[in-house]
Amino acid sequence: MNVSDVLQFMFMGIERGAIYALIAIGFNMIYNATGIINFAQGEFVMLGGLMMVTLTMTANLSIPFAFLLSVAFVTVVGILMERLTINPVKEPTVLRLIIITIAVSILLKGAAMCFWGKGSHYMRQFTPGDPLEFFGATIMPQTLWVIGILAVVVIGYSLFFNFTLIGKCMRACAINRDSARLIGINDRMMVMLSFALSAGIGAVAGIIITPIIQMDYSRGALLGLKGFGAAVLGGLGNSGGAVVAGLMLGILEALSGGYISSHYMDAIALIVMLCVLFIRPGGIFGKSEEIRLKEF
Amino acid sequence: MNNRDYIAFAAFVAIVMGLPLFMTNEYYFGVLIFAALNCMACIGLSLLMGYAGQISIGHGAFVAVGAYAVGILTTRLAWSPWLGMGAGVIAAILIALVIGVPSLRLKGHYLAMATLGFASIIHIVAVAAVEITGGPAGILDIPGLKLFGMALDSDLRYYYFTWTVFCIGLFFAINLVKSRVGRGLMAIRGSEDGAMSAGINISRYKIQIFILSAVYAAVSGSLYACYVNYIDPGPFNIMYSVLLVTMVAVGGLHSLWGAVFGGILLSLLPELLSMASEIFSGIGFVYKPDYDMFVYGGILLFIMLFLPEGLAGGLSDIGSLGLKLLKGMSRRAGTHE
Repeated sequence: MNVSDVLQFMFMGIERGAIYALIAIGFNMIYNATGIINFAQGEFVMLGGLMMVTLTMTANLSIPFAFLLSVAFVTVVGILMERLTINPVKEPTVLRLIIITIAVSILLKGAAMCFWGKGSHYMRQFTPGDPLEFFGATIMPQTLWVIGILAVVVIGYSLFFNFTLIGKCMRACAINRDSARLIGINDRMMVMLSFALSAGIGAVAGIIITPIIQMDYSRGALLGLKGFGAAVLGGLGNSGGAVVAGLMLGILEALSGGYISSHYMDAIALIVMLCVLFIRPGGIFGKSEEIRLKEF
Repeated sequence: MNNRDYIAFAAFVAIVMGLPLFMTNEYYFGVLIFAALNCMACIGLSLLMGYAGQISIGHGAFVAVGAYAVGILTTRLAWSPWLGMGAGVIAAILIALVIGVPSLRLKGHYLAMATLGFASIIHIVAVAAVEITGGPAGILDIPGLKLFGMALDSDLRYYYFTWTVFCIGLFFAINLVKSRVGRGLMAIRGSEDGAMSAGINISRYKIQIFILSAVYAAVSGSLYACYVNYIDPGPFNIMYSVLLVTMVAVGGLHSLWGAVFGGILLSLLPELLSMASEIFSGIGFVYKPDYDMFVYGGILLFIMLFLPEGLAGGLSDIGSLGLKLLKGMSRRAGTHE
């Protein structure tokens, strides 16, 4: 076990972990606004990635422009999902809402397969360049983009929720929807906004990871599941926790892929997720008194 | 006691057993055998989801356990397929126990995610454990079943065999639902606290029904392996678990008949769609199997938005509405006289 190997796996882990963190933030947003776990979260990631591939590789748009367009596209998908499938449900039961989001995920996956086919799609890195050397480990320029964009999203996220009126309204809805409505917050609007933002962040995750892992229509489910793993590990609804948990999960996955078995690497994050759900479903950061009050 | 279910059951058995007399195309026997296998897994899932109110998006994993038990034990250790099937059932029971006890303490979304995670792990293991499962290449040359010295080697024979097994399973489930256990399960679905205060041991009921539904799934998987004589991880991905949920939900969550109906309908759907596409091919629209997933998603979404009780529930709604209208009409006719 030498330093450069460990470092190499750490880089790989942070790069994957950043994606899980972004997906987990997406889960949290919708969860906080509605109490729903959106099973289509992974499909937002997949759609973002594939849209980016089409816009950059086929339509030859510049990266920043394609980036914005892809995010906007998936955001619209998120808004449509909320308006057409979540908002009209008058007597929501948990089972029904779960199956609805599953149905949307199948629909999106099926649509993506019709449109983009079954193959996986290659995309060039954001900036061309040779890998950088760092204590014997190499780091791809794209990895730096991933880390940078995660940082930007996290900073933007906390600015939005702490310093803007809409962000504060969304937080109020998350704490208590009835009280928020009482003081004049349009809670329906906040729910729609949470789907929009969540879809947008999912798209960002898909866009930045596509140059590294390539993208195909079926990728969403597993990415979504691992992102959910990060969300529960950090405590569902706690986005600070989600970022730390996402990075931890990514690093753990990369290290176990390197030192235990690369075949079972994908299972590691899921096993961690199951363990957390079984032993401490409130996540590792929540206070145990707080957790005792929640229902799982 | 309500005898309607038994009459319906008898009619169902008669239709299923009589159907081959009218079928000329060998190909459709295969389609209907797969339909029976899907229905088998659906009944178990219906007991768990529709009656006990516990969601599982991981039942494809138990189907895989049943299939792989037969595949591995018959080809590597030369067991008889029947023994392999028994081993599959036992393996499913043990796994259901290990995964079910902690899972069923969770509710709603958490339970759904836990079962989905479990199914993904099983799929990953099926792909990765190459020495045992054959990895992505799978297991070839799984022997077929023999019943009383007669090989079930023709589609017709296997048709009768699978549908008989299915009918036995369905009969058992119908009786279970009508029993004290069934009422206890429905009480749990209504309110866990309420059921508990009525003296129902809810954690034991939940785990028992979870195990039973896993057994149904495992038997379905074993029969599948013996029929196609070849398994690989492909058919047992997460999508299959989701498809099973779709079948149960489309037919109608709260009735076993709904699960049967949904299972048959969605199993036949690809055939129906390709038939429909032949009709529509004149206008230049060609249906491809690639569209299947989109269609499944669309159907599931439509049902959940507009007919949350499923097609069976929707039909019975329409039926009772029609009955009401008829009654109203006859009453009005009465006042006119």
